[in-house]
Amino acid sequence: MFPELNNLLNTTPDRAEQGKLTLLCDAKTDGSFLVHHFLSFYLKANCKVCFVALIQSFSHYNIVGQKLGVNLTMARERGQLVFLEGLKSAVDIFFQAQEKPHPLQFLREANAGNLKPLFEFVREALKPVDSGEAGWTYPVLLVDDLSVLLSLGLGAVAVLDFIHYCRATVCWELKGNVVVLVHDSGDVEDEENDILLNGLSHQSHLILRAEGLATGFCRDVHGQLRILWRRPSQSTSQRDQSLTYQYKIQDRSVSFFAKGMSPAVL
Amino acid sequence: MLDSLLALGGLVLLRDSVEWEGRSLLKALVKKSALCGEQVHILGCEVSEEEFREGFDSDINNRLVYHDFFRDPLNWSKTGEALPGGPLGALRAMCNRTDLGPVTIALDSLSWLLLHLPCTTLCQTLHTVSHQDSCPGDGSPVGKVHVLGLLHEELHGPGPMGALSSLAQTEVTLGGIMGQASARILCRRPRQRPTDQTQWFSILPDFSLDLQEGPSIESQPHSDPHIPPVDPTAHLTFNLHLSKKEREARDNLTLPFQFSSEKQEALLRPRPSQATSHIFYEPDAYDDLDQEDPDDDLDI
Repeated sequence: MFPELNNLLNTTPDRAEQGKLTLLCDAKTDGSFLVHHFLSFYLKANCKVCFVALIQSFSHYNIVGQKLGVNLTMARERGQLVFLEGLKSAVDIFFQAQEKPHPLQFLREANAGNLKPLFEFVREALKPVDSGEAGWTYPVLLVDDLSVLLSLGLGAVAVLDFIHYCRATVCWELKGNVVVLVHDSGDVEDEENDILLNGLSHQSHLILRAEGLATGFCRDVHGQLRILWRRPSQSTSQRDQSLTYQYKIQDRSVSFFAKGMSPAVL
Repeated sequence: MLDSLLALGGLVLLRDSVEWEGRSLLKALVKKSALCGEQVHILGCEVSEEEFREGFDSDINNRLVYHDFFRDPLNWSKTGEALPGGPLGALRAMCNRTDLGPVTIALDSLSWLLLHLPCTTLCQTLHTVSHQDSCPGDGSPVGKVHVLGLLHEELHGPGPMGALSSLAQTEVTLGGIMGQASARILCRRPRQRPTDQTQWFSILPDFSLDLQEGPSIESQPHSDPHIPPVDPTAHLTFNLHLSKKEREARDNLTLPFQFSSEKQEALLRPRPSQATSHIFYEPDAYDDLDQEDPDDDLDI
């Protein structure tokens, strides 16, 4: 996790809020550093994490996680991390006989199905274990990312329904958190992606939006991060807050600074 | 105007966006209806019942009838707890109500229904629900029905939005400037001109409406002090102007290719001085004068 990002979000692993949906989106840049941040953040917070990783392999996340101070292999072995490696298990559907529906069963279906098997996988992974051993604090679902599900043939409404059920189970019933990444297609007219992004934005409590700089690529400033807090839990009259920072990604950390205050130009 | 939204019956659309959310206004209107003694039904699809009831005190909560479609709207859990017929069934059931008092139905959200149901079915059901003028049985008048629908603008195309707009008696579009929320209220009364007003407001923590004047518009930053324009034609090293004589001479000049009447006559009149034209040719040393006509052998 990146300590500077924790400061901006005013949170630490010990006192993070529960029952929240966090939406990560990126436009014209790669927002995966946010996924790595939240993965290591929640592992350090001693949460039970279910990670639906559809984009990269387990070893990729493991290598980055080690730079950030978490060991995914050990977390998986002791039961803290349930990892669905989409790239590997997608192949299993076609080449291995399945007794029960595979989480990615929709890949076999001709017409756009729904994500009920994936939801049941998540619910099974995060349901509280009664044995009383190694009490994890609260469950967390992490998805990287949802836009690829649209590319695989599902409709935006099917993905929204999946997240709805995840919210109902993980956020409301189990008082855990859900963090999802969606790419913003930006200039490209992608109606389904826009419906997905806007629909999730309305449901989210926190939106982190990583954008490339409007002027193009820069060596010292890799992008801009917009933070939007929505739906404050106490119904105060405080309106939604929004902050913008620029960032630079380094080997083991990400540094944040106010717009125009990059150390390179000061 | 915002507090008299519920005076008319029919469908009220609350159009919100990611930046300016509308659920607090929906809850404020629900609270108002409950305080007026109306029966209030909530079709909750997007947030949990606890989250919706949060902020209301207990006597308002007692008047709210909550139909929970948040936990299992698509019947995935198959435990049989889900209400039969789904949200559409519940909405249709409200068409056939037997009690006669005024009722408010809050749809949280209409966007969810529009994404999951065909637009035509939803519009027909909404029309039936919001236009209940008389009880089918004995013809006695039924109390007014207010339907409040929360609609997320960015999720729908112009077709469904237009269809819902045409059904609605009132449309409230949320927006704002500098942290101050505003509601643009478009009201269509039968046989009257539609009215369009903007009302600034804020929602207090107990979900009562606080109508406001509007943000104080700060004085515009003054434009740069007016720089006197420099005359570029002053102090030139050449003459840009014409004297009177020069101007006259210029006006009297005929342009070479201008076909004036004098020129026309000169061309038409044969010139007496010029009978034929002569060509004077001095042959060069290298010229080869061949008297034969090279075109002689052409058989034209």
